Amino acid sequence: MTTLETIVETLGLKCKCCWEKLKTEVKGGYAGDLLSDVMANSKEHDVWVTRQVHQNIVAVASLKEHAGIIIVQGAQPDSDTLAKAQKEGIPVIVTELSEFEVVGRIYKLLHEQD
Amino acid sequence: MKKSPAPSEVYLEGVFQLRGRDFVDAGLVSSRIKNSLKNKGVPEDTIRKIAVIAFETEINIISYAKEGTISFYLLPDRVVIEAEDSGEGIENIEMALQEGFSTADDSIREMGFGAGMGLPNIRKFSDDFEIVSEPGRGTYLKSSVMLNGNYRAKDDQDDNA
Ligand SMILES: Nc1ncnc2c1ncn2[C@@H]1O[C@H](COP(=O)(O)OP(=O)(O)OP(=O)(O)O)[C@@H](O)[C@H]1O
Ligand SMILES: [Mg+2]
Repeated sequence: MTTLETIVETLGLKCKCCWEKLKTEVKGGYAGDLLSDVMANSKEHDVWVTRQVHQNIVAVASLKEHAGIIIVQGAQPDSDTLAKAQKEGIPVIVTELSEFEVVGRIYKLLHEQD
Repeated sequence: MKKSPAPSEVYLEGVFQLRGRDFVDAGLVSSRIKNSLKNKGVPEDTIRKIAVIAFETEINIISYAKEGTISFYLLPDRVVIEAEDSGEGIENIEMALQEGFSTADDSIREMGFGAGMGLPNIRKFSDDFEIVSEPGRGTYLKSSVMLNGNYRAKDDQDDNA
């Protein structure tokens, strides 16, 4: 089983919110910055990789029951976003790494487990 | 502006008011609808579809209307989302239903909306979909998702217990 914690530790990411939820299982992932694309095509237990920082990402992740959100390329979540994530219990993780690298490495982690 | 009548009040589960441009609470209505259907024991696959439909409907009202309402109904065989707004209306529905068509301004795009996928996805996830709009007056939308045959409302189960 791959957890958010495994991903955070292996890739050296930084958790900004909801550490207590890092044991959540990650079953897959989705990458995207268009919220209606993510709404329609992502699944429960996905980790969502994005550059969006507005608080609407928490609403999407919560409705879709994502394992968590990873914000890439050094982008920083708005303070409203973190406050809302705290309330909804959605882990928000940040990194300087590019989306390409993050997605590639998570993909490998998830599929090595098979 | 309504084309077909809404389901009977008996099945009405909730009515929510929305204000245009209020992105702070965006998603709240969809989340309430989702939780309420979960509590009623509605099957997961129906809830997944309704979550997308309610969210896209909610965001469109917030983006393009001054105010609007979303109602939802739980019938024995389906869940219905009904939305009405007093917004700018849609000039060409045919076009608005095409993937990629969007009139969203920069402030909306900055938040990750404006891909022109909301209405196409509402239609895709609906078993029955209807939209009527009058430019300058507003938009009416009704979407239904069927429940699978063996669903029985929790209230019914309680009554029989
Ligand atoms: N309630 C509404 N009132 C007025 N115009 C609307 C309404 N809903 C949609 N529209 C119009 O239809 C277009 C397409 O809507 P749709 O939801 O498919 O895409 P979008 O909102 O532009 O982007 P996305 O939903 O992908 O974030 C909108 O850009 C807007 O011009
Ligand atoms: Mg939309």
